[in-house]
Amino acid sequence: MPSLIQLTACEIAAGVQRRTLSAVDVVSAHLERAAAVEPKVHAWRSLLTTRALERARQVDSAVRAGETLPLAGVPVAIKDVLHVEGAPTTCGSRVLEGYMPPYTATAVAQLERAGAIVLGKTNMDEFAMGSSTENSAYEPTLNPWDATRVPGGSSGGSAAAVAASMVPVALGTDTGGSIRQPAAFCGVVGLKPTYGRVSRYGLVAYASSLDQVGPMARDVEDVALLASLICGRDPRDATSAAVDVPDFRAQMNGDAAGLRVGVPWGFLDHGIDAGVLASFREALAVLEKAGLRLVEVALPHIEHAIATYYLVATAEASSNLARYDGVRYGVRASDAGDLLTMYGKTRDAGFGPEVKRRIILGTFVLSSGYYDAYYLAAQKVRTLIRRDFERAFESCDVIALPTTPSTAFRLGEKTADPLQMYLEDVFTVPANLAGIPGLSLPCGLVRDLPVGLQLLGRSFDETTLLRVGRVYQTRTDHHRARPAL
Amino acid sequence: MPRVTVETVDHIARLARILLTEEERVIFARQLDDILAYAESIRALDLAQVEPMSHAGDVSPLREDVARESLARDAVLGAAPDPADGLFRVPRVLA
Repeated sequence: MPSLIQLTACEIAAGVQRRTLSAVDVVSAHLERAAAVEPKVHAWRSLLTTRALERARQVDSAVRAGETLPLAGVPVAIKDVLHVEGAPTTCGSRVLEGYMPPYTATAVAQLERAGAIVLGKTNMDEFAMGSSTENSAYEPTLNPWDATRVPGGSSGGSAAAVAASMVPVALGTDTGGSIRQPAAFCGVVGLKPTYGRVSRYGLVAYASSLDQVGPMARDVEDVALLASLICGRDPRDATSAAVDVPDFRAQMNGDAAGLRVGVPWGFLDHGIDAGVLASFREALAVLEKAGLRLVEVALPHIEHAIATYYLVATAEASSNLARYDGVRYGVRASDAGDLLTMYGKTRDAGFGPEVKRRIILGTFVLSSGYYDAYYLAAQKVRTLIRRDFERAFESCDVIALPTTPSTAFRLGEKTADPLQMYLEDVFTVPANLAGIPGLSLPCGLVRDLPVGLQLLGRSFDETTLLRVGRVYQTRTDHHRARPAL
Repeated sequence: MPRVTVETVDHIARLARILLTEEERVIFARQLDDILAYAESIRALDLAQVEPMSHAGDVSPLREDVARESLARDAVLGAAPDPADGLFRVPRVLA
């Protein structure tokens, strides 16, 4: 029998339910693993050891009493942008230092109701703004595959915790690629569901029309298991969709032969690392061999996606982050005189450089005289990008792209030039702008670093993504590769 | 394209209620200029007949207008830096 930290969430839940495993043993083994490797990874903002062990005892009792729990005893890491009552939420920011949320996010509550055990909160770029987790106000997270490299971001702590076997599964959030890009850099699976699939109640807002919560795991089956539990309408989030949620884990085993995989070759002809492109081509060949058909699709406007994203997302951020004013949560500048000075000093001291940059840019594009030229124009390009996808999905069932143009870059390599960091998101932001789901899964190593294959699907058709991902994983072993820690 | 000057950044920072340091003002002016130069590409598109998209979902449905239980006042105030008498206290507004 493999050690407890190598088990998948599906295996743990089945074992705890059958009482061949105890939730307390499972949680203890993962806490021990976390203690052993955390100094090399820095994935956590907080570990909730006492709370986790207490909950594990409750799960064991519930199972003994005859309850059926689909995630019985499964340890889960939660990105520190989702509230867990009784644990601090920092969002990787000094401005929320010491903040204790008075409630639990719906997505987290759904997992806990199913028997999952929250092990802790994971590190992230401040307010989810970044692609490397270097924008955490506390410390950067290190890539478990190479400690000189970034884990990606902004859900870098969640991706690294899963890759380092500190948890089998985690929740991240994805506004412009923040689940898929770190999943690719750390060699794990990550799903950004369709906009509206998962409640955003208890998720601290960055860009409300783009933010979405999603699962990260070491294989597609675990991602499917978590997705079925967190998706669904929530009366506390008006934008959550009243669309039926399938049993993704059962549905993903359906036949994928004959499905059409669209590849936007016109968008892949420059700026991609040769090794990443070779891995991508190999992945396509695997799918073709499995009976899927490759077709070329055109997405003429996605070359404008980065510009569109950074105008729309920063505008929304400037509005959402107005609430950090030293009045209702977190810290307040101590030497403030009048109210306006207090606001200004609190925000200057509380926010890091990237957050300030995005608030300033977002305020600029919304300001009088520039609104039509930038914000409104970006909203119109967003329509064009969504139409591109609608047209492409007339001739294919999923679209395949590399998740990122290169493998994990070095710490500090892109921090001096924000625009270079933004360009990292070139293949991930289109899905957020269009609102469609995206899945990243490991498709090999290039110079000992993981590469991600990204699949995009029609709105509310996560099933097809998971089905294609499942087919890929049954024919390859890339998702079984683990970093030596 | 409008060049982003330090004065523009000062104006925007006032609107955003952030006091910036001298160094931040200069760096941000240069970086915002770079980012907006990059964003120029979308302004060359013909967008006259295109509807703006503010949201990926359908039109937000309205809920019934009925009172529901909200978070406990003490729990909310407990997370504030300076609560007093069941309220959020702020520095003096009027002289």
